[in-house]
Amino acid sequence: MHISEGVLSASVLAGGGALTVIGTIIGLKRVSYDRIMSVAILSSAFFVASLVHLPVGPGSVHLLLNGLMGLILGWACFPALLAALFLQAVFFQFGGIIVLGVNTFNMAAPALLCSCFLRPWLFAPGFKGAAAAYVGGFFSVLLSSLCVAFCLALTDEGFIKTAGILVATHFPIMIIEGFVTMFIVSFLTRVQPDIFQMAKPR
Amino acid sequence: MLEEPFSRGDSFFHRANPGMKIISAAALTLVVALSRDFVPVFAGLFVSLLLLVFARLDSRMVFRRMLAVNGFIAFLWLTLPLTYGGDVLMSVGPLALSGGGVRLAALITLKSNAIFLFFIVLVATSTVAELGHGLEALQMPPKLCFLMLFTYRYLFVISSEYHRLARAAVIRCFNPGTNRHTYRTYAHLFAMTLVKSWNRSQRVRDAMLLRGFNGRFYPMREQTITGLDRVFFAGMLVTVIIIALMEFI
Repeated sequence: MHISEGVLSASVLAGGGALTVIGTIIGLKRVSYDRIMSVAILSSAFFVASLVHLPVGPGSVHLLLNGLMGLILGWACFPALLAALFLQAVFFQFGGIIVLGVNTFNMAAPALLCSCFLRPWLFAPGFKGAAAAYVGGFFSVLLSSLCVAFCLALTDEGFIKTAGILVATHFPIMIIEGFVTMFIVSFLTRVQPDIFQMAKPR
Repeated sequence: MLEEPFSRGDSFFHRANPGMKIISAAALTLVVALSRDFVPVFAGLFVSLLLLVFARLDSRMVFRRMLAVNGFIAFLWLTLPLTYGGDVLMSVGPLALSGGGVRLAALITLKSNAIFLFFIVLVATSTVAELGHGLEALQMPPKLCFLMLFTYRYLFVISSEYHRLARAAVIRCFNPGTNRHTYRTYAHLFAMTLVKSWNRSQRVRDAMLLRGFNGRFYPMREQTITGLDRVFFAGMLVTVIIIALMEFI
């Protein structure tokens, strides 16, 4: 889901960068030094998730789990994803310095949106809670791929069909992300419910 | 799996000031990323190859990383020439290759690879720890640098924790396939990793507060800016300006 460096136009890069700066500032304000270690550990867990390959038919996909990050961290998912994506750039050279702002926004904004709408239902027992978690996982990937597509389309109208193909290829990932997010959330609400207290401002 | 193979080495770039390197890389990236013409992009690629020679990195490793990074580019090559529209370069049956699409895909390929090399030579030659302190020296928010350094610190712990659980699952005859059971198992493995990491973070926090942690890491080696760093930085800036001017000629 990373956009490579050298693809996007100046206005898209600047816009994405500015929005990420705003999100990161708000996110950092909400996290005290007391909690920052927990954010960092979730941020590295997110990094590790991107190395986990799940089988799909003959191929495999890797997890994104930005929806889960949003549900757990709220606004803090901006700095957490920024740190994780920066490290991915350093370790694997995916993405880059200038495009980092856009890439972070594309991952973090959908996660934040899902967390805003779905958190109230997350702890509901039975079907409601599970459905909220599934929707969170599914829609954060869907919205992320739409954001990527939108960035490409804004850069050059010739990208529109390519962008459409990109969104379409992400459909299997959305379905799997939904299931995995649902199982993870149901596990965490039973085993370690206080992990979801992170998003609340102190 | 998690290594920083380029940060070990003995060249000017490995010793140069990380903050200066980050700014140079950002400036070079920006000027190459935004150019719409082939001439400045070729100039950028030339500069990046020159820097690569001086950095004396393991060329096999660079090549392997380059292949991985070009995945998105390959996707563009598969789609852009067929969908871009405009003038038709060549048509095979119902498929028409668009000249504009091929041109755009070629331009993006050159740009991305030049920028990838800038990144490898100027950023990946520092360890993440050095980069974190370098960013702090560039007046980035200390909290963000702290977050990044800690994320880096726990990457290895969490990945080994996850792999330990995954190994245990394999020993118990877990056979992944495309089914609900597989996804549930992976989800629970990962959730357990999160729970363990979470509890570890609480213990680490307590231990650090006990030792009087005040929100700052003190590096053992202060990063200084030498005369050579300044000369290098000035050279890079001149290069950036020249490449930017090429766009208009």
